[in-house]
Amino acid sequence: MPPLILVNQLRYRYDDGTVALNGVDFRLEAGETVALLGENGSGKTTFALHLNGLLTGDGSVEVCGIAVNARNAAIVRRKIGLVFQDSESQLFMPTVLEDVAFGPLNQGLSPSKAAEVALTALEQVGMADVAGKAPYHLSAGQKKRVAIAGILATNPEILVLDEPTTFLDPPGQRALAGLLAGLPQAKILITHDIPFARATCTRAVFFRRGMIQQEGSVEEVTARQGWEFRPRRAE
Amino acid sequence: MHHVTLDQWSRGGSALHRRDPRAKIATLIGFLVVLGTAHRDLAWLGAALFAILLAGLWSARLPLGPALARAGAVLPFTAVFAGISWLAGDPARGAALVMKSYLSALAVLLVVSTTPLPLLLRGMEMTGAPRFLLMVAQFLYRYLFVISEEAQHMRKAAAARGATVQGMAGNSARFKAAAGALAVLFARSYARAEDIHRAMLSRGFPGYFRPLSAPQFGRADSLFVTFLVISLIVIRIFIEKVA
Repeated sequence: MPPLILVNQLRYRYDDGTVALNGVDFRLEAGETVALLGENGSGKTTFALHLNGLLTGDGSVEVCGIAVNARNAAIVRRKIGLVFQDSESQLFMPTVLEDVAFGPLNQGLSPSKAAEVALTALEQVGMADVAGKAPYHLSAGQKKRVAIAGILATNPEILVLDEPTTFLDPPGQRALAGLLAGLPQAKILITHDIPFARATCTRAVFFRRGMIQQEGSVEEVTARQGWEFRPRRAE
Repeated sequence: MHHVTLDQWSRGGSALHRRDPRAKIATLIGFLVVLGTAHRDLAWLGAALFAILLAGLWSARLPLGPALARAGAVLPFTAVFAGISWLAGDPARGAALVMKSYLSALAVLLVVSTTPLPLLLRGMEMTGAPRFLLMVAQFLYRYLFVISEEAQHMRKAAAARGATVQGMAGNSARFKAAAGALAVLFARSYARAEDIHRAMLSRGFPGYFRPLSAPQFGRADSLFVTFLVISLIVIRIFIEKVA
């Protein structure tokens, strides 16, 4: 079975000359949940933006066997749903329901069907009761859940979540982990939250200076990188 | 988070809010034509049209004072031309200019305050307005919120570190700080706008917004347009013949 995502020698340099990706090779198989770990600025988010054609670098990126380029971008974006790090940027419609229905409407669903799909997605994340509210009236954690619902409503084959636990309280994190575990899609989680990665991911890759430095289980990668936060006890 | 007032007003539930945007646009055009082409007995006509607009604001349950004040935003611009007319020896023309511009602004404000902008633009699109212009208006509207949010974040951040307007008052540092903050605000807004555009693209944005509920032009809307446009014409004819 071909991989869902196949990336070969991906390189990207920002306009200011910063090398963000320096030869990334990556595969994602069906049913996998992979954690992208690494320091701030190591290229994780830049890498994610290449997966649905929001950035285009040198090298090749294929999603579900389709080359990611400007011509195929619309098809690829139906296959891969990206939850952004900052939910504020993802919520741009006047009400929560309209925002979650934005993707389904763009997929060609009728307004009534799009509203139905949006409500189902909101129920999945426990936010159906705020459907009529303006997104800017929500708390940060609620915004994060609505942003996730906006992607679930498009029913993608692959989910990419950038820092999904930011702003979520521990019960919210547990609920999200449970939700992700129940979704059939393959997932990529960009996170610094090691316990969350350990609870949800089958594999981890570690980014350093725009390259994948190490792959393995979350335990192996975090142990070898010394990436576990262990606070010292106060004397 | 406090947001643009007109957007909040536009999400009311009055009978005027419920009218189809096309009905409101057609009535607005009728109003502007009646007002714009009038040359005689302008004081009476102006008073009558002002009364109609006040009735509209009242029926839409909009706050009268703030609405009237907002419509006054056009006055500084027209006052310049009114002043030129006055200096040229034609004060009546200057007064007419001020009156017409204020009433026009108030009428537009009434429509905008009773119609959420996405619906208003959708209504304009359905009446044949160029989609490109409507897209520009929609993005302008969206990014107005972005700039407003960023400005409020920056204000909070500055206040949290002890900055006050009074603290800088009376010296040139105030101007420098304001100019610097404005530059940062635009840079941050630009970055945020780029993020929003990416988020829109990633969810399949095709270049225009598809509304979740399409406006329906019903019998009540037909009656609304017919009654108001005929009333406006009758009022103008009556005032010009009788007053």
